[in-house]
Amino acid sequence: MGRYVARRLLQMIPVFIGSTFIIFMMMYALPGDPIRALWGERAPDHAQMAAMREELGLNDHILKQYWDYLLGLLQGDFGTQIRSRREVTEVIGDALPATLRLTVMAFSIIVVVGIGLGLVAGLRAGRKTDTAILFVTLLLISLPVFVIGYLYQTYPGQQWGWITPVVQDSENWGDLLLPALALASLSLAYVARLTRSSIVENRRADYMRTAKAKGLTRTRAVRVHLLRNSLIPVVTFLGVNLGELMTGAIVTEGIFNIHGIGRLVYSALNEREGATVVGVVSFVIVVYLVVALIVDLLYAVLDPRIRYA
Amino acid sequence: MRPRARLCSVIAGTAALALAAAACGGGDGGSGGGDGVVRASWGDPQHPLEPANTNEVQGGKVLDMIFRGLKRYDPESGEAEDAMAESIETDDQRHFTVTIEDGWTFQDGTPVTAESYVDAWNYGAHVDNAQVASYFFQFIEGYDEVHPTEEGQRPTADTLSGLEVKDDRTFEVTLSEPFSLWPETLGYAAYAPLPRAFFDDHEGWLAKPVGNGPYKIDSYRQSQGMTLSRYADYAGPDRPRNNGVELRVYTDNNTAYTDLQAGNLDVIDDVPAGQLANAENDLGDRYINQPAGIIQTLSFPLYDRGWRGEEGRKLRQGLSMAIDREQITSRIFHDTRTPAGDFTSPVLGDNGGFDRGLCGDVCSYDPDRAKDLIDEAGGLPGGSVTITSNVDTGSHRQWMDAVCNSVNNALDQRDACTVNPVPTFADFRNRVAGHEMNGMFRTGWQMDYPLIQNFLQPLYYTDASSNDSGYSSGEFDDLIDRANAQGDEGEAIDTFKDAERVLVHDMPAVPLWYQNGTAGFSERVSDVRLNPFSVPVFTDIKVG
Repeated sequence: MGRYVARRLLQMIPVFIGSTFIIFMMMYALPGDPIRALWGERAPDHAQMAAMREELGLNDHILKQYWDYLLGLLQGDFGTQIRSRREVTEVIGDALPATLRLTVMAFSIIVVVGIGLGLVAGLRAGRKTDTAILFVTLLLISLPVFVIGYLYQTYPGQQWGWITPVVQDSENWGDLLLPALALASLSLAYVARLTRSSIVENRRADYMRTAKAKGLTRTRAVRVHLLRNSLIPVVTFLGVNLGELMTGAIVTEGIFNIHGIGRLVYSALNEREGATVVGVVSFVIVVYLVVALIVDLLYAVLDPRIRYA
Repeated sequence: MRPRARLCSVIAGTAALALAAAACGGGDGGSGGGDGVVRASWGDPQHPLEPANTNEVQGGKVLDMIFRGLKRYDPESGEAEDAMAESIETDDQRHFTVTIEDGWTFQDGTPVTAESYVDAWNYGAHVDNAQVASYFFQFIEGYDEVHPTEEGQRPTADTLSGLEVKDDRTFEVTLSEPFSLWPETLGYAAYAPLPRAFFDDHEGWLAKPVGNGPYKIDSYRQSQGMTLSRYADYAGPDRPRNNGVELRVYTDNNTAYTDLQAGNLDVIDDVPAGQLANAENDLGDRYINQPAGIIQTLSFPLYDRGWRGEEGRKLRQGLSMAIDREQITSRIFHDTRTPAGDFTSPVLGDNGGFDRGLCGDVCSYDPDRAKDLIDEAGGLPGGSVTITSNVDTGSHRQWMDAVCNSVNNALDQRDACTVNPVPTFADFRNRVAGHEMNGMFRTGWQMDYPLIQNFLQPLYYTDASSNDSGYSSGEFDDLIDRANAQGDEGEAIDTFKDAERVLVHDMPAVPLWYQNGTAGFSERVSDVRLNPFSVPVFTDIKVG
């Protein structure tokens, strides 16, 4: 187990270097010049542009730039933004708390409600409850996130006045409820569908019959045997989903005015802030890699037949 | 049946939790915004908040609150009035003696002196400080030495030779050429004075800028917001009528609009394009739609053979007359643009040189005359014309299609005009700067200061910084030079208007429309209006 984890951690290094390299090159290949953009519609100041390029090392060969960036990264230096001249670490640090809160909330909703609905539907397969859940989940899957977002904002927020329609304070849990629900809706439906089919499949498995024959109560058989075994595909999905929640919230963050990672990447891309984009993406890559490792380790917890050496 | 009951209770429990959380969140909808504080929408400033490093409205909004320079533009008339200046005197329109009023202090308690100005201007002008609005100091003698124009050149001086401190309250400015209206440019934020703290602890200053204006910054969280309160020792006449301002960053102006309607926000200064049709209904007289110092034009590539000479001139005038400006501004822009009748902007006012009738027939829709002129010139070069612009921002695509439609209808030819979209702004500007255009292309101008000079010289003077069409006219240049050297302001403006008439004759660019600024405000506040730069006049706003 320990060796397995160590090996996986070592594997992360080339993956990390490779992916940052690709992103770095992609940012470089994008048309548009962030320095020129500082002057907007106005005539740029050529002497100053040249001086800034020199200072930021943008005149160096692209590979040299990447090498310098990587060296900086090793020392915890993510570079500086061109426009605001702020440290990228500081910028990410500002956006992270809101994103983390939103992710935790959305993720909890997905896990609890998604698995709950899937379990009920699976246990009552073919009956009215199952059909009702099928209907709701299909509806959620087919609605784009911005439709859900605006619906939540308009009805509970503006019309009925239950909750403030736009997040006032990105670090207030109550304010984040609507966006978290909007963000969770789609994945929640997927998780419910996945759980349901897995439960239906495993309900007739041999081990369930054995469990019943042993005299276990139905609750215990469902909780300890059926649910646990059925969660393997769901956990795989949840692992990938966690990464998506962290960066894919661009639309939701925009609708509810949350100053999180998604918006940060979006605006950085628009402004060709290479260092910010690569910085955020590197961070997300690490999140993905760690989550993938945790998911793999969870398999062994869920299914005792799986062992790592 | 027991297990089912338990599962249901789990789900019910989750739902209850969600509702409980909702109830907690719903309680204090109007968080922040204490007594008498104006809550306003804001966007992240694009540059650090240094006076000479701000060329956009979001940073400008803050600078306007925390700084007062020598002059201030009257929000109503746009005229430059003395703020900190006691007098600015000159005999030859080139050497100016500036005397500042006594009794002004920065918010850190230090006095504002002549040195505060000279140091700030030297900082703003120097190439090493990488200030995007450096060009404001280009009129001052010695600018070329501290800010060379050629790439790779090093500055040969540390300070502007045209600035000299006489005593605590007086300094002298020498311009490189006569410029009669120069004192009127001094209302722009780039000319603000800076306290010693700016130079001694730059990082600390940027984290919480300190100025000499009516408001002081209490807290500043980048990308989140800023709170400002009244500066008790403010020495100017325009003391705030509210207790302070809370600026909140919105990444999407639709969201700000939603928050305004929900009562969580008091002032938004940019109504989203999608809401313009509803804004009047939603907000009634709390919707503001007034001229901003922006004009949109279509320029011609005068470096291209097809657009030159007398025939080119007729073509350009013909195309101008083929555009139905009235229809486009009302249908596409919901009257947030008004058809242009000259090359300036309504914010200048009649005294400042604005004259809606100056362009006359040439800027009026007359499809028959347009067709005649274009036919006389032998038809469009190559049989058709394109309009080129980036299409990644604004509603450029829509109005360009509409302009082309209008041209096609006038010429009774289906593909006479087509739109040539460029994906990104940066790409578009590169092509314009590289003189790669062969048809009309979008140009717009946002004024630096409300002066007629600023709408003409940087755009149409030979080799001027934003002369994208490559226009060059000896007559126009002469008139501009003469106007700049004239001592009497009225005469200078008349001469600028003469220069503008040369443009109407030559039509290097077609004036399309004047752009308006839009804003909306809540029932909680009153006396909201926009200044000529489309920034709300925060000091005037009353709460409650």
